[in-house]
Order: sequence, then structure tokens, then C-alpha cells
Amino acid sequence: MSAGTYTPQAGAAPLSRMITAQTALETRMLLRNGEQLLLTVIIPTLLLVLFSAVDIVDTGAGRSVDFLTPGILALAVMSTAFTGQAIATGFERRYGVLKRLGASPLPRWALMTAKTLAVLVTEVLQVVLLTVIAFAFGWSPHGNPFAVLMLLVLGTAAFSGLGLLMAGTLKAEATLAAANLVFLLLLVGGGVIVPLDKFPDAVQSVLGLLPIAALSDGLRDVLQHGASMPWSDLGILAVWAVLGLGAAAKFFRWE
Amino acid sequence: MKSESVVQVRNLVKRYGPKTAVDGLDLCVRTGTVTAVLGPNGAGKTTTIETCEGYRRPDDGTVRVLGLDPVTEAAKLRPRVGVMLQSGGVYSGARADEMLRHMAKLHADPLNVDALMERLGLGSCGRTTYRRLSGGQQQRLALAMAVVGRPELVFLDEPTAGLDPQARRSTWDLVRELRADGVSVVLTTHFMDEAEELADDVAVIDAGKVIAQGSPEALCRGGAENTLRFTGRPGLDLGSLLKALPDGTEAAELTSGTYRISGDVDPQLLATVTSWCAQHGVMPSGISVERHTLEDVFLELTGKELRA
Repeated sequence: MSAGTYTPQAGAAPLSRMITAQTALETRMLLRNGEQLLLTVIIPTLLLVLFSAVDIVDTGAGRSVDFLTPGILALAVMSTAFTGQAIATGFERRYGVLKRLGASPLPRWALMTAKTLAVLVTEVLQVVLLTVIAFAFGWSPHGNPFAVLMLLVLGTAAFSGLGLLMAGTLKAEATLAAANLVFLLLLVGGGVIVPLDKFPDAVQSVLGLLPIAALSDGLRDVLQHGASMPWSDLGILAVWAVLGLGAAAKFFRWE
Repeated sequence: MKSESVVQVRNLVKRYGPKTAVDGLDLCVRTGTVTAVLGPNGAGKTTTIETCEGYRRPDDGTVRVLGLDPVTEAAKLRPRVGVMLQSGGVYSGARADEMLRHMAKLHADPLNVDALMERLGLGSCGRTTYRRLSGGQQQRLALAMAVVGRPELVFLDEPTAGLDPQARRSTWDLVRELRADGVSVVLTTHFMDEAEELADDVAVIDAGKVIAQGSPEALCRGGAENTLRFTGRPGLDLGSLLKALPDGTEAAELTSGTYRISGDVDPQLLATVTSWCAQHGVMPSGISVERHTLEDVFLELTGKELRA
């Protein structure tokens, strides 16, 4: 490097280039991390394959794959938007990544946009993979694709808000532990593989208000039973999204 | 016309709860210079720098960086300023070259990433993920990230902490190259030799205030004294020697035949002492002049006790 190499020539890159670069980096970080892949790809895939092939859980009338696939899709959304995002963001905060990017030309809103896009890219890959596997087990979906899209988007918003709230307020280790625990509890109690009607009535009505239950129930209504628009489930997800994103915006601490 | 200063801090106050980290601090960084902010741990160096970087909102006083308010005008300021944090700042799973390339993409006209990696001795570990880099390599990557956007001003928070001597020299060289190319540099350090080697101006901070500011030479001259030692015949008439020396100079026979002259020891004084010896038939041996280093000045100013 010769004289004049460092002569100032400062300036931000165009916003579109910054957001594209940040999204690509965030997505690579998500897909490269072994623990993340376990949560987002391996666990949903294994559950889908295992419970479709072997009749362990009583999934009610009809083929088990038709019951399971909507629940596993909901689980996939939760694993990426909530668990994965909370853990990754918690450690980025702990290791000063968010702080350092805060001093770069990338605006904070653009960083959050890139994080959301990275979550969406990962979800598309998950949905493609899980759908292919489900079809291999003879899945026959019904219903309105637009309703499915609405559910997935609102579910992502709800889980992202809660994940970011956790990542932005708790210590990284606490986030890691809590996010995994919540993942496990909601996997069992959120209607993903165990139908909610296996629980007592009182418990059922409370569990039904959880975002995971609303997402898996809504997806099941559409994909298994051909409902047109599951408004109550969409409503529950919308409330969680507003509360979660609102609280995250208010309480998130960057350092 | 270019402004004369890139950083103007006036009467900065920053409190964390009941603790006052910075207490009425003034700092001016001249355009195109290297300024070292020197102080013991907990003196307020990092708080001051991070306020200039826009991370902290001042409780009182004003901060201007490149003429802008770092908090309210952050969007305009950030592209023009390079930042090296004291630690961290990189995705633990990102490879070194991947992270640097990413930072480059956030800027309009960045440096050549490969050349910069080579320049900082990171050429061989570009494919290594951040968490597997050594501490020194992580430091150098953070430095590379601060300069890759071709900033007008860089803030380096303890840029050589934990570096081996070679890497330290190489970082010093880079700071000099930045200055030669017109980049203004503000760095914090608690290495006196670093400040002495690199800085045009030094601001010594203690307990949240600047307690001394100036060029390293001026700081070493002012306040602290230098000493001249020699040995000769015992029992010399120091009173007669002192008459020949400037006011304020002191002379003492420490042990029989060993003498110490303290004061503003310059070449003239040395010549006066040796010619006095010649006149009195004294052969001085073991003449040594000890110049005070910035370290002596620093310890004199901030006290010698260790601080938490």
C-alpha cells in the first residue's frame, strides 16, 4: 500500500446495497451455525418424518401427515423467527456486533430490516424442504394459499417481536436458556404434534391463545380442513405481533 | 476551507447513576493530527470516546465531531468516521475476510480488502472464523474495519492492547500512514511510549477531567525536571557550581563523590557543568543525563497508586 492509500474518501454505500449485503451476511450466519440448523432444520424434519411414518401420537381422524405438516410448519416459523433469532441476536448484542454496526453507515432500521429478510429467506428454505418431505408422505393440502401466507407472515412478526424482546433485554446466556425452554414447552403444549383437545378444557382455552397454537391451529384449519380465512387465529397473532414488536421497540437495548 | 479541529468537546459531563464518569472535560483534536487520550483505568477515556462516537448522550456540555452533533446528526457523521471498539464487534461465526468485505460494502469507496488484510498481517487467516482468531488478530481485524471505509477521522480505543511487539509496531506504522494521508486519529492508550511515539497531542485524563494537554515534548518539559548525574572527587564546592547554573537548578552530593544536578537540563547546562569541572581540575566520569519520559509525567500527574 503506497502513499495516498488512506486519503479520505468517505461515504455510505447506497441503502439497497447495504441492506442486500447485510441480509446476505445474516442469512449466512444463520445457516452456518450448527445449533441453529439443529433447531430450524433437523428437529422439524425429524419430527415430521418420525410421526408421519410411525403412528405414535393419536392425531385424530385422517392421515397423520395431514395433521402434522401444518403444525411442523408452525414449528419451523417459531424456530427461526423466535428461538434462532433470539439466540443469535442475544449473542450479537453481547459481543458488541450490534454496537459496532451502530457506528457503521448502516441505519438501525436497515439492520432490523435485513434481520427480518434473513428470517424470511430461511423460512422459505424450511417451507420448501418440509413441503417436499410432506408430499413424499402423501400430504394433500387444501385451502387458500393467501390465507397460509397471511398466517406465516403474521406468525413471523409475532415470534420476531418476542424473540427480539428477549434478546434485547436479557443476558445472552439467559436468552439461550429461556429461548430453548420456551421452544420445548411450546413444541409440546402448542398444538404442534399433540392436538390441543388432548388437554383439559380449561388448559386448552389458555393454550389456544399462545402464538404457536394460533399459528398451528390456523394453518391446520386452512391446509387440513380447507377453511378460507381463520380470522380468530389471525387476530391472536396480530395482537401478539403488536405487543411483541411494540415492547421490543421500547425496551430493546443495543449494548 | 478546512476546519482546524475535527473534534471539539466542551465541558462534557457524563454520569452513570450516582457515578460521574466524565466531569467537565474539554478536548480539542486538530485536523490531520494524532491525538492520544491517556489515563489510568476508569479515568473516563472510553466514555469520552464513545460520546464522540455517538454511543452516549452527554448529560451536560457540547460535543462536535466534524462540526456535527454525534447523537442528533449521527446519520451524516457515521459514514465519515471509523470506529475501533475496545473489544468485539464481529459475528463470532464470521470469517475475518468476510467481515471486512462486509464493512467495505457498507461504504461508497472502500479500500482494497485483500491489500488491507495483507498490510495488517491478516492475509493468512482470512478464512478463519472470528472466534478462532488470536486476540492480536482480532484487534487487527477491528482496526482494519475502522479504516476500510476511508474515513476522515478514526477513533481507536486501545488499539494495541494485547498485541505482541511486532504487531504493535505495525499498528503504529499504520497510524503514521493514516496521518500522512490526511486522516485525523484519536486513540486511547495507557502505554506512555505509544503516546510518545505517535501523538502530536496528548490529553492526560484522570477522574473524568483533562489534567494536562500538549505535545509529548511540552508535557515532558513542563513540570517535571530532568537530571544530570556524574561522579568526581568527593566534597566539591556545590555552592560555587550552582552560582554558574540557572536559578532553580539544584545540586546534591548523593554519596561520597556522586553528584546529581536536577533542573532544566539542556546542552547549555551540560556545557556549564563540564567547564566548571575543568576550571576546578575535576575529571567527571559516568556523566548521564536522564530525561523524563511521558511515563514519569503521567505518574506524577495521576499518582503512583494503582487504581481499580
